Amino acid sequence: MPTISVGRDRLFAAIGKTYTREEFEGLCFRFGIELDDVSTEKAIIRKEKHLEEEEDGDDEEVLYKIEVPANRYDLLCLEGIAQALRIFNGLQEMPTYKVVNISRKSMIKMHVKPETSSIRPYVLCAVLRGIKFDEVTYNSFIDLQDKLHQNICRRRTLVAIGTHDLDTLHGPFTYEALPPSSINFVPLKQEKNFRADELMGFYKSDLKLKKFLHIIENSPVFPVIYDYKRTVLSLPPIINGAHSAITLKTKNVFIECTATDLTKAKIVLNTVVTTFSEYCERKFEIEPVEVIYSDGKSVVYPDLSFYNMEVPLSYITGAIGVPLEADEVTSLLNRMQLCAKQSVSGDCNSNITVSVPPTRNDVLHPCDVMEDVAIAYGYNNIKDITIAKGYNVSKGRAVSLKPLRLEEFSHLIRLEMAMCGFTEVLSFILCSLNDNFAMLNHEGDSSNAVIIENPRSSENETARTSLMPGILKTIGQNKAHPKPIKIFEVGDIVLLDESTDVGATNRRQLAALYCGATAGYEIIHGLVERIMLVIGLVPPDDNTTFYLKPSDDPEFVMGTQASIIYKGKRIGTSGIVHPEVLNKFDIPDPCAYFELSIQCFF
Amino acid sequence: MAEEAILGYLAKNQEIADSGEFAAQHGLNHDDVVNVVKSLHGFRYVDAQDIKRETWVLTDEGKTYAASGSPEVQLFLAIPPEGIPLEELQKKLDPLLFKIGRAQAAKNKWVEMGKQLVSRKVQHVDDTVKDLLLQIEGGKVINQDDIKVLKGRKLIATQTWNGYSVRKGPEYAPQRKKFAADLTREMLQSGEWKNLEFKEYNFNAKGQPIEGGHLHPLNKVRHQLRMIFLQMGFEEMPTDRFVESSFWNFDALFQPQQHPARDSHDTFYMKVPAITKELPEDYVERVKRVHESGGYGSRGYEYDWNRDEAIKNLLRTHTTAISTRMLYLLAQKPFTPKRYFSIDRVFRNEAVDRTHLAEFHQIEGLICDKGLTLGDLIGVLHDFFSRLGMSKLRFKPAYNPYTEPSMEIFSYHEGFGKWVEVGNSGMFRPEMLLPMGLPEDVRVIAWGLSLERPTMILYGINNIRDLFGHKVDLGLIKTNPICRLGVD
Repeated sequence: MPTISVGRDRLFAAIGKTYTREEFEGLCFRFGIELDDVSTEKAIIRKEKHLEEEEDGDDEEVLYKIEVPANRYDLLCLEGIAQALRIFNGLQEMPTYKVVNISRKSMIKMHVKPETSSIRPYVLCAVLRGIKFDEVTYNSFIDLQDKLHQNICRRRTLVAIGTHDLDTLHGPFTYEALPPSSINFVPLKQEKNFRADELMGFYKSDLKLKKFLHIIENSPVFPVIYDYKRTVLSLPPIINGAHSAITLKTKNVFIECTATDLTKAKIVLNTVVTTFSEYCERKFEIEPVEVIYSDGKSVVYPDLSFYNMEVPLSYITGAIGVPLEADEVTSLLNRMQLCAKQSVSGDCNSNITVSVPPTRNDVLHPCDVMEDVAIAYGYNNIKDITIAKGYNVSKGRAVSLKPLRLEEFSHLIRLEMAMCGFTEVLSFILCSLNDNFAMLNHEGDSSNAVIIENPRSSENETARTSLMPGILKTIGQNKAHPKPIKIFEVGDIVLLDESTDVGATNRRQLAALYCGATAGYEIIHGLVERIMLVIGLVPPDDNTTFYLKPSDDPEFVMGTQASIIYKGKRIGTSGIVHPEVLNKFDIPDPCAYFELSIQCFF
Repeated sequence: MAEEAILGYLAKNQEIADSGEFAAQHGLNHDDVVNVVKSLHGFRYVDAQDIKRETWVLTDEGKTYAASGSPEVQLFLAIPPEGIPLEELQKKLDPLLFKIGRAQAAKNKWVEMGKQLVSRKVQHVDDTVKDLLLQIEGGKVINQDDIKVLKGRKLIATQTWNGYSVRKGPEYAPQRKKFAADLTREMLQSGEWKNLEFKEYNFNAKGQPIEGGHLHPLNKVRHQLRMIFLQMGFEEMPTDRFVESSFWNFDALFQPQQHPARDSHDTFYMKVPAITKELPEDYVERVKRVHESGGYGSRGYEYDWNRDEAIKNLLRTHTTAISTRMLYLLAQKPFTPKRYFSIDRVFRNEAVDRTHLAEFHQIEGLICDKGLTLGDLIGVLHDFFSRLGMSKLRFKPAYNPYTEPSMEIFSYHEGFGKWVEVGNSGMFRPEMLLPMGLPEDVRVIAWGLSLERPTMILYGINNIRDLFGHKVDLGLIKTNPICRLGVD
């Protein structure tokens, strides 16, 4: 979930109401955002106690960190949150965003060269006229672009935003893709001219920008935007030119979004222009830009059209479980920034016509509308109506359930092991290849293990193929525990398996270890027999069911180890743990161990 | 011996007036008598009164003289009848002995200290000092003048003598009863137990630690949760499938391919086996369409869905991958309502800290039926969480790609004095359910939470590594109380 930082007083001024911290938390909770942190809490306490003294001259700004839902790009800045809460509180009507009606001829134009299709095919533009920035709104404007870049733009891979002082530029503009060596400009925050390929090298050491270099680095051509006078506006998605940088004095802002994903680019452009059109001379009006492709096709952006949805009232009330009239539903929706009207269809079933504004791209389906009704109604107002009824699955029919044999059987085995005086441990599935193989004297033998491609640490290279590494690590960590130590684990291992759809399969295993003054293999032997007995198999007089057969596994001492054979198949291993293995796991005391697959018993 | 003598004597006599005299009369060691009296007094067989007496004992010097004679006599005997030069005499005796002997002998006027010779003045002397010392050593009483002299010469010193006068006590018996420490098989067989009284057990001491087997705390909580789900009529899903395809983990859940959760920063992808070979192709086609262009009343995400992304294998990031498979299977048959649950391991490629590990257990419950409402979800959440001891709940709107509405579940924690998030819930999106082939009026309400967090709160464990994994102290597992979730 994205978190944004806003000045509390500024936010309250924008909402048009002052809250105590608890009141504001309550409002956030109802609306579905979260007050995550208050960065200068001391100041708040002081203010609450000495309200008069603080009226003027406290330079300590109280910051609210607010967590917003990952699909609400319109809430990624103060302006968006304030507007949403104003409307939610009924303090404001929904604004109507307008694209200024100008002729195609007088529109600013962006010409797209065909070479861009190989690297970053889309560009979308718009203009905000007569904007008035102050320091706070300017910073908010920059922060919003940052937040969009981090979230919906997927760190600029899908979309990158460039904003420019239009009065420093001369249209029409061109969006091109050129060999890096032929692009020269002074980038933002620099004074000297760079060639694009040199610039990439220069930014290798830039903490912020180096993360984005990979997006175009290996391409023979770099995307670049020029104005009519060949001034570089930007080298997307890396950096803007210094020439057209916006400042506090900028009046007319040219916004370009370059993208590999058109849908997301539209959302990003719409989010930036709608949010900041509030500061335009003509509030909520945005000037369009015509984007012209080399084949003559042209599109005018931004597209601020509403998306219309017909939602049956019965769907909304049926899913929420609260009887609501159509007019109640429409007014609830209006509080969530969705324009809603009751449309009477021929029969008695009334429909709600919902117009989704360009700021609410999260609304994909009537279920999103239904959720907004529920939020505006109040999730916590729903329970009183339906709690007594309870959940109505199966409508009173008796249900007869089957147990899950794997889990029930495992549970019984675990109880049996504990009854034998063994203590259960729970170790990790993830481990290193070294733990799983070399540490057990199985160097270079990882043929049956799955391998993780992107582990953060060596501890997460593979999923265990036996319970042994986890159990031995537990003993290594519990050296001071009084002897004898008797532990067991029932858990899954993962093995490669060609016969399954994904190519791997889980196997449920049982393992136990005895550690004392002597290895005590006879105890482990007895335990194997005990488990076989309680499973219902007679001890090894009858070789047709199960028996122990001498083995030569490298993790055990030769001569004191045996495979566990069931119905002619090897289902497990047992033996005195090899001193080299003990040494690798830093275990000073002798141990005996067994492990078997219990998968074959159910 | 001493005990029999004392109890026997008191059977016939009122009192033992002086334990010292009693010991002497009966030929007993007085220390033994004292110990027995103390013990009998403790068990109230006798009442004992302290007696304190001062007696004279020999000092170390006194003991030497009692053995070898007083210095003055030794000096006298060292002088031959014809006399002896002073230097010669001095050589024959220990210097200290000579010094004391000369002074005393002179005082007694036994010797003549001439210029040339030292000679005897009397022919015979008695060693009265030695005799007196021997008398004192033998416990005899001597007259006060002699005492004064010996005390002045530091040959005797006072010693406090402790003894008792003893009478019958309230529990007097001529013979002490035996107390048994434990009941034995022999006592039962011989019938001896009838005569036995048992030694009072010390209830302040610790009992003997009990050896036995133990279940892991996390699995104990897991078992109680399974019981709760079963009691609520939920069926357990088979979750023994850690390696999953992106398709079942993400795509089938209407989670777009650019979603941050699908980043390698959050998800473990598989190098081996890298891809899934088999997917239900007609279903895959419907999932692709709903992502790209919607349908079922949805706009879709409007992007190019890539099959190569969907077949990438991963370690499942949630058990909802299994729920999705189960719902898909359900959709292939004529519809029957279901309640499903699972509690199993999931994996996240996240930074680990005190409360996060790369693997943990997810608890998940879902109900699939026609006509379910948000009210039903709230109802079942109240039922479930109140069984976990959380009866005060409230719900916060949230975002989740595959549920709409989505509700975060908060519970009021009395100990922390605040609302804490305890889980997530919602209704599965139609874009997830309808491509499976479920009827349009079927809704699925579901919720999930981790097993570790409530367990840590329940047992007051602050670091997740103290609860789960190989660093857990076996002592913790052995002393962990039973889990009473769903019982109280």
